[in-house]
Amino acid sequence: MTKISMTVDGVNYQDEVEPRTLLVHYLREQLGKTGTVVGCDTSNCGACTVHLDGRSVKSCNVLAVQADGGEVTTIEGVADGETLSPVQEAFRDCHALQCGYCTPGMIMQATDLLRENPSPDEDYVRQHMEGNLCRCTGYHNIVRAVLQAADAGTGGEQA
Amino acid sequence: MTITEEPQTGNREVGRDRRRKEDQRLITGRTRWTDNMQLPGMLHLTMVRSPFAHARITNLDTTEAKAAPGVIAVLTGADVTDLQGSLPNAWPVTPEQKAPPHPAIAVDRVAFSGEIVAVVIARSAAAGRDAAELVDVDYEELDAVTDLKAAAADEVLAHPDLGTNESALWVFDSVEAGTGEDVEAAIRDADVLVEREFRQQRLIPSFMEPRSVVVDPTGEQFVLWSSTQVPHILRLMLALTLGVSESKIRVIAPDVGGGFGGKLQVTPEEVITFLAARHTGKPCKWNETRSESLLSAHHGRDQWQKLTLAARADGTVTGLKVHLTANMGAYLGLVTSGVPILGAFMFNAIYKFPAYRFECQNVFTNMTWTDAYRGAGRPEATFAIERMMDELATELGRDPLEVREQNWIKHEEFPFTTVAGLEYDSGNYEAATARAKELFGYAELRAEQARRRESGDRVQLGIGVSTFTEMCGLAPSRVLGALSYGAGGWEHASVRMLPSGKVEVITGSSAHGQGHETAWSQIVADELGVPFEDIEVLHGDTQISHKGLDTYGSRSLVVGGQAVIAASRKVVEKARPLAAHALEAHEDDLEFSAGRFTVKGAGEGQEGVALTDLALRVFAAHDLPDGTEPGLDADATYDPVNFSYPHGTHLCAMEIDTETGESTMRSYVCVDDVGHVVNPLIVDGQIHGGLVQGIAQALWEEAVYDDQGTLITGSFVDYTLPTSADTISFVTDRTVTPSTTNDLGAKGVGEAGTIASTPAVVNAVLDALRPLGVTDIVMPCTPERVWNAIQGAAHQPLTESAAPHFEESAPNQDTPETEGGTL
Ligand code: FES
Ligand code: FES
Repeated sequence: MTKISMTVDGVNYQDEVEPRTLLVHYLREQLGKTGTVVGCDTSNCGACTVHLDGRSVKSCNVLAVQADGGEVTTIEGVADGETLSPVQEAFRDCHALQCGYCTPGMIMQATDLLRENPSPDEDYVRQHMEGNLCRCTGYHNIVRAVLQAADAGTGGEQA
Repeated sequence: MTITEEPQTGNREVGRDRRRKEDQRLITGRTRWTDNMQLPGMLHLTMVRSPFAHARITNLDTTEAKAAPGVIAVLTGADVTDLQGSLPNAWPVTPEQKAPPHPAIAVDRVAFSGEIVAVVIARSAAAGRDAAELVDVDYEELDAVTDLKAAAADEVLAHPDLGTNESALWVFDSVEAGTGEDVEAAIRDADVLVEREFRQQRLIPSFMEPRSVVVDPTGEQFVLWSSTQVPHILRLMLALTLGVSESKIRVIAPDVGGGFGGKLQVTPEEVITFLAARHTGKPCKWNETRSESLLSAHHGRDQWQKLTLAARADGTVTGLKVHLTANMGAYLGLVTSGVPILGAFMFNAIYKFPAYRFECQNVFTNMTWTDAYRGAGRPEATFAIERMMDELATELGRDPLEVREQNWIKHEEFPFTTVAGLEYDSGNYEAATARAKELFGYAELRAEQARRRESGDRVQLGIGVSTFTEMCGLAPSRVLGALSYGAGGWEHASVRMLPSGKVEVITGSSAHGQGHETAWSQIVADELGVPFEDIEVLHGDTQISHKGLDTYGSRSLVVGGQAVIAASRKVVEKARPLAAHALEAHEDDLEFSAGRFTVKGAGEGQEGVALTDLALRVFAAHDLPDGTEPGLDADATYDPVNFSYPHGTHLCAMEIDTETGESTMRSYVCVDDVGHVVNPLIVDGQIHGGLVQGIAQALWEEAVYDDQGTLITGSFVDYTLPTSADTISFVTDRTVTPSTTNDLGAKGVGEAGTIASTPAVVNAVLDALRPLGVTDIVMPCTPERVWNAIQGAAHQPLTESAAPHFEESAPNQDTPETEGGTL
């Protein structure tokens, strides 16, 4: 067992973990951060994407001990209380999710993408969301949502 | 049938692009996936699976595994042989259908690689995985059959005890059915005969949420959470399979991360988790890895299709004969045997074939079993017929849309009874096609194509057409009965009026991404005149929604939605005498609109009484008319009278680099007619997602096995789902010819995109390459296969006519270079 300490969604945690524990399992099983999910075992799907020290990482591809001392944001820490982030808002407004399983990872990845490039074009979005798989939406509305979040920072007209 | 404009919504909820109710939870991570469940004392299951496709289990030693730290028990097939029953097949397609017993845990023989031979029950998933390595199994390998055509030849048997690989032969003939003429006569008399053979490759549904099951045996009932599309069917089937009273089983499908038919199943793992919980008396969880999912969750498609199309010289089609060889895999799952048969009614599609014969030979192999995958039978049919119509057009040297139009049912001919015996209630193929051509720039693209052909451009342009229809809204129970399906096709709904004025709607169709909570709220808001926000839609728990047939076959809205309407209308009728009492008027003098009863002719400005007020009055029950039951809640079970038949015209432009085989989708336009739309946002989303699944079949996806029967595409590294970078944005539009079979005028939409898009893409690829002599490419049309086809064609003399070619050496036959094996 190894002792680790990290801040997750603004709260500091100190825990003992087995060295082989993946960050995603630590988040889900020890911290109950079940908003972050697992979709594969080969680091292909991106469902587990979180931010580690401000950058998006696939949390199934990082050991919990590697995140020791770090700051992690999960999908559960993205909204400011009741106020959704612009990316969350755009995902809802553009119907960029159906079953919602890929959504936490998509939102985390899109948020990082927009931090990197606040005004991307469609091609840029498509290239940079490539590591996140969605089986429901065909990506059409996900791409639209990322572009909309970039444009306005808020959702369009609400129905 | 005339085209109506999209309805003016006014204050109506139906037709509005409401943002979804379910999204708030999903975008903030406040979700309840089965794998999120943590119960006190919960144990974790790890399955031990056979690495061999066909083998006898000669010895199975669990001593070491049982002794490993944290291991509570290890169960083998021998341990549960008297308890586990046989997994159900609900669709014996013929009375003679053959099928082997289907144990959840193999007892003495395994019939596919991935079949479960033991389960480790441990304190943690990690401890279970470690111990699973210690289960010692000796196998004696048997000959395995993993090629569909070889299996059909019965040389090596997937199940020696059956004596054959043939499970069933199902036949429809328009003469025998009295729906049309003799296809052999049509073939004999044909001016033009097109004979082709197509391959439907094996696909894996690949829902994003891996399957997961939790069973809690503590308490009076077994509570089973499962990532399933079919909680109601699962409950009944578990009871029947395990001999447990149905009333002692409660099934909950919490948030379910996609299904696409892949979670329309009663799985070995559900049965095993149930048995493990019963064995240990503790809550048990099984959660699969992606590799496990790809290997052992059921696969889809996998057919060889032989078609003969007869036509007159002027292009009028006169007959269609279809022979399918369908790969069941090693066992019959819930509807494995029926899936290819669902295509029987769709090969004739939108065309007026006077004669039709369909045969389907179901065959066992030593592979993962197949079952429903988005479209289930109908994509296979649509692919084949839309490919054939292109072949006919090529044969005649005519435009593929023109040949289709010559043969399709004209809008004034509805309702139309097809040669397969279905009555298409409505449609307007001319209108959808005209709109699609306009959005696509059909004439301009054809002109560009001609220019590029002329100049010998390295990058050739191909235009693919698919004018599809499908039958959805599964299904009229009597039709299912006639097809020997083991259940009905109705759906159930309840509407509960709460005293505070809120409304609970319970639906038997269990959503997993389709947005039922939003769409049903819109429907009920209009029916009852209560605010959208005040409606709560409950589903997916057999203790709340006690009755239902779940979600598949594009049935939810047209069957389940209609049940919701029926229940809502019963509420209004129940409230009417109470309203009359409250308003001191006669029932017949009342009218109900926008949530209020008012007295006819009493003029503007009268208050009347709100339905929600009546709900409170009924709750208090202080002043009800004598003999009135204090309740407004109502149930309805709706059995559809017919299928619904959405249709559409899909046009696809592909650019093919003839030197590398690389293909790029340039544009994709689809104009779908799904009748009236409840929520256009949701409908468009269903179309987009469906399109990409169908395009993926055309271009990228295939489950590949090696000669030993080992799945090679066993992870997302090898089973290549499309990404955002592979796909484009689509142009979608709609025409509206309302369905006449339900009050909404809606037709299903869940599978339309998938059904239509595969042939549109393949037709486009071939259209680009025909001048080079390429006549067929087996799906998926990867760059390597495209390149091989171009090379192969370059070295083959061009054939002018499509002679019958069901012989080895004939043209159009899939050449070894283009057939399977490589990705
Ligand atoms: S779980 Fe698939 S990439 Fe992490
Ligand atoms: S919304 Fe279902 S996988 Fe993306």
